[in-house]
Amino acid sequence: MFKDVYVFIEQREGVIQNVALELLGKARVLADTLNEKVVGILLGHNITDKAQDLIACGADKIICADDESLKDYVTEPYTQAITQIIKEKNPSAILIGATTIGRDLGPRISARVSTGLTADCTSLEVGENRDLLMTRPAFGGNVMATIVCQDHRPQMSTVRPGVMKAFEKDASRTGEVETITINFDKSKFRVRLVETVKETKDLVDITEANVLISGGRGVGNQEGFDKLKDLANVLDAEVSASRAMVDSGLINHDRQVGQTGKTVRPDLYFAMGISGAIQHLAGMEESELIIAINKDKDAPIFQTADLGIVGDIKAIVPMLTEALKK
Amino acid sequence: MKIIVCIKQVPDTTEIKLDPVTGTLIRDGVPSIMNPDDKCGLEMALQLKDEFGAHVTVITMGPPQAELILREAYALGADRAIHLSDRKFAGADTLATSNAIAGALRQLDFDLVITGRQAIDGDTAQVGPQIAEHLDLPQVSYLEDIKFDGKNLFTMRRATEEGYQVLEAEAPVVVTVLSSGSKPRYMSVNGIVTAYQKEVETWNFDNISVAEEKLGLKGSPTKVFKSFTKSVKPAGEIFEGDAKEAVEVIVNKLKEKFII
Repeated sequence: MFKDVYVFIEQREGVIQNVALELLGKARVLADTLNEKVVGILLGHNITDKAQDLIACGADKIICADDESLKDYVTEPYTQAITQIIKEKNPSAILIGATTIGRDLGPRISARVSTGLTADCTSLEVGENRDLLMTRPAFGGNVMATIVCQDHRPQMSTVRPGVMKAFEKDASRTGEVETITINFDKSKFRVRLVETVKETKDLVDITEANVLISGGRGVGNQEGFDKLKDLANVLDAEVSASRAMVDSGLINHDRQVGQTGKTVRPDLYFAMGISGAIQHLAGMEESELIIAINKDKDAPIFQTADLGIVGDIKAIVPMLTEALKK
Repeated sequence: MKIIVCIKQVPDTTEIKLDPVTGTLIRDGVPSIMNPDDKCGLEMALQLKDEFGAHVTVITMGPPQAELILREAYALGADRAIHLSDRKFAGADTLATSNAIAGALRQLDFDLVITGRQAIDGDTAQVGPQIAEHLDLPQVSYLEDIKFDGKNLFTMRRATEEGYQVLEAEAPVVVTVLSSGSKPRYMSVNGIVTAYQKEVETWNFDNISVAEEKLGLKGSPTKVFKSFTKSVKPAGEIFEGDAKEAVEVIVNKLKEKFII
């Protein structure tokens, strides 16, 4: 009997990643619908103390494997650990964050246990016959496809960071923590991690910003970009960008919003000089309030914006910054 | 050294537009290209060939017209081209696709298998790692750079959200490559001329010894339940006027939503 919704709890250097909390939030909704449990899979070294917090974030149970081989993510030890858990526990579904770790791990596990894996989902629901309906963008974000995995278990999906809502933390929740030992076959550990290097200069994650000032082709140059920064300072916002600005070298790729960048859902999203290609919209259309400024009144961004201003950002942005300072 | 590069022919999704009336995809006139990540994977292989004299085989699975990208690979410098094509492979999800390709790779000799990280039509990034698993080989995905020691050891740079990791593995290994890893070379005139004289081997079901129930639609655990284009939400307010008025409109909106 396959049951319960499992969540891979991604940690890096012992820090639980936000996407894991988002997945616990989604798993909570799915499990409540199915009348099943949410089980977190926590792999690492000296991480058992994180389990209680994960229960507060929506899990009913945490399965924890604490081993030196699991300290940093490497494909094979993690695959062996999760495969063992799948074989012992028979989960109905496993959700994994669609990060560089999750998208390496997910397909390896799915091939080992011969089940289906749906990549980079942006929506998960329970269907009529209790199967998961896993929806994801395809064709560069031009089409949405809902995928099912009817005859194989577990149903697996990687889920885009920033899309699902985390469960509101409730410290009074109680749950079970099970510690397990993984029977590793170390002869298969054939990849050695030599070093991990962090090189992101500014560590702000745009997916966590409440307000984003996003610039596109219309920003033009460094001067235009600096004006966005001025506005961002006044609004306590972060600056993000469409692909055009990243390609021009004005901003780092980690601040790109869209199909090949990040998915964001801030309270307020300013689209400045962004035409609104489908690839961009895929990354920001869930924002609470979207204000777009663009010279071209036919720009597709105006179809998605709650407020569209036909005008020149070069004139409007500095004036807006001044007005908001008051 | 023997290298196999897995490549895929894809529609150039950046050229796909939606019909504004029906909301359906306009596929007519959309060009087919070699998937960008795969093309950079081929470039990585050709650079190893330049340095170490490797033999480079390209392999693709797809309908008859996919032969075009194999010719392109010849023109870029590949040494051998294999086209996996059979109706039994059709309708495959990533797992069934990886079963077919892994079956073909089992017939070949190699030190390194390179795939693109993901194809732009599906964006799944799953087939490379799944191939590695079927072949029981180590994998390194999101590769930006690879170094070979000339004997047996690969040192690889893997991109992460925060920076990168350096990993080592002995041959044979399967890697998936990012477009940012290398800039593909141009086809040489001589390459283009000879590309059509070279043989593209066509392999079908009988060449790969994989059970039929692991292939194509039958071998696919995932099925498309439905597909749709996103519903267009009703357009918001549009304001057209001078900059000063525009600023007032924005400020009022922010006040209305209690943001300021």
